[in-house]
Amino acid sequence: MANEQAIQMELQDTFPYLNEKIVVTRERRIWAEVASEHFFEVFDYLVKHPKWDFPILCLITGLDSGDNLEFIYHLARRDGTMFNLKTFVPKSNPVHKTVTTDYFPGAELYERELVDVLGAKIEGLPPGNRYPLPDGWPDGQYPLRKDWTPDMLDKGNL
Amino acid sequence: MVNPEKIVKIPIGPQHPALKEPACFTVSLNGEKLVDLDLRLGYNHRGVEKAAEGRTYTQNMYLFERVCGICSHSHATCFIQCVEEVAGLEVPPRGRFLRTLIGELERIHSHFLWLGVAAHEIGFDTLLMYSWRDREVVMDLLAMLTGNRVNYAANVIGGAKHDVTDEQKAAILKAVDTLEERTKYYIEVASEETTLIARLSNVGRISLEDVKRLGTVGPTARASGLSQDARRDDPYAAYKEVPFSVITDTHCDVYGRTLVRVGELMESYKIIRYVLQNLPDGPIAAKAPRKIPAGEAVSRYEAPRGEDVHYVRGNGTEKPERVRVRAPTMVNLLSVPKMLEGNNLADVPITVAAIDPCFSCTDRAIRVADADGGNAQVFSWEESRRFGIDWYRKNGVDFTDVNKRLAQRLK
Repeated sequence: MANEQAIQMELQDTFPYLNEKIVVTRERRIWAEVASEHFFEVFDYLVKHPKWDFPILCLITGLDSGDNLEFIYHLARRDGTMFNLKTFVPKSNPVHKTVTTDYFPGAELYERELVDVLGAKIEGLPPGNRYPLPDGWPDGQYPLRKDWTPDMLDKGNL
Repeated sequence: MVNPEKIVKIPIGPQHPALKEPACFTVSLNGEKLVDLDLRLGYNHRGVEKAAEGRTYTQNMYLFERVCGICSHSHATCFIQCVEEVAGLEVPPRGRFLRTLIGELERIHSHFLWLGVAAHEIGFDTLLMYSWRDREVVMDLLAMLTGNRVNYAANVIGGAKHDVTDEQKAAILKAVDTLEERTKYYIEVASEETTLIARLSNVGRISLEDVKRLGTVGPTARASGLSQDARRDDPYAAYKEVPFSVITDTHCDVYGRTLVRVGELMESYKIIRYVLQNLPDGPIAAKAPRKIPAGEAVSRYEAPRGEDVHYVRGNGTEKPERVRVRAPTMVNLLSVPKMLEGNNLADVPITVAAIDPCFSCTDRAIRVADADGGNAQVFSWEESRRFGIDWYRKNGVDFTDVNKRLAQRLK
């Protein structure tokens, strides 16, 4: 796990606010938490810095964690190492910038899903069809939030 | 610069007799050439991730097996690998080998299925009949091993559900010999049959740069020269111990995707032989706790169509806090508009089929509109038929007399 620990040490040295926020859980798996205001500094460094080179975005996971929405960006290197970068935005103002324009155009559906099922606001996401909910889905209903239950839905409108 | 008045938009889907699953592809055409493709997805969204939060881990194992009918073992294993990592469970070596066995049998049945569908899309139905006949051989093996042709339920949390007997081993090895011979013949067909090569070459091209940029996965990416395979890069089950090659090709088109898949069939036979000849002794599963501790894990699995990614977060109860699924089509579909740029309408079915979902024909209700969306007009089937007859009549092609004579003869 020398490789993973080297990434951990280097990142902590470069970004002091990541101290004790990076965990290596096993071979090829690194997890880190970063505040949303610092997110793009770390993300840019991981994706674009030639030394680290995480050229693949496997997936974005969105979660409802109480007062916040949590987003996990699952980055990967060609050698199989995954860096799972988490960030949080408040539910009262769940705004985050898109990664489709500057980094991963293939992330479009992941971000549209955050908008549809969790109610995130993704700034800079190019216009396009919604995904994955139907066109008649009522505004303000976000099915993957923990307080949402299927009986809140008036199926007659769909 | 394309004259907007010459652009015709044709919706294919969401419900369409030729679509295996609902999806809507709106193609904009300038004559025969495709200038734009608009995707609308989500018609098959069943809320599986929400449903998982209300079910136990064991129930979820069966639920995730049903994310896909073809890659069912892939999704079930990808999910279970996350759960096992959160629970700190070590799968015994024999269990890992058995998972690999089912995984490769599944790849064979999926690739034969694809070969048949692709052959059908280009009008080569003889190959469809041959490859689906051969697929039955592997479906029978899966039924023999697990009791089911699809949705095999071959896993338990902590290992494999079914062991393999000596008779079953012999039957698998015999069937693999047969399939290998037949696959060699298909490789011969694919590399020598000139009509097949001509029909598939330069169709649905996508460069290595675009594949990397869009994050394309699986055989689609490997056929553009990207050597990427979760079995080798992020090994799971028994793939760290099993020797195999990652098949790539540099044709970057549908022909290349065909060569990669038939090449992968040969690798799967090698893997299956190795697994059966080197099957470790010992238990097939470790005992799993009823409650999975709090924690999270992410797992990757090279399904036949590309890489599956699952994320699981446990909260210390018997039900997960959150499960997230990414199937390969979710990312590969975004490469389809790039592949189809400047291609003919007739290449749409085979290009879409080449990433592995499939459809053909055009819709019966055609909405004709200017490129800016104005002057829309919807033609019914009867109206478009009438429009065609009148158009030909105006241009000197009239079948009225021929039809009259035919009707008299038939009296």
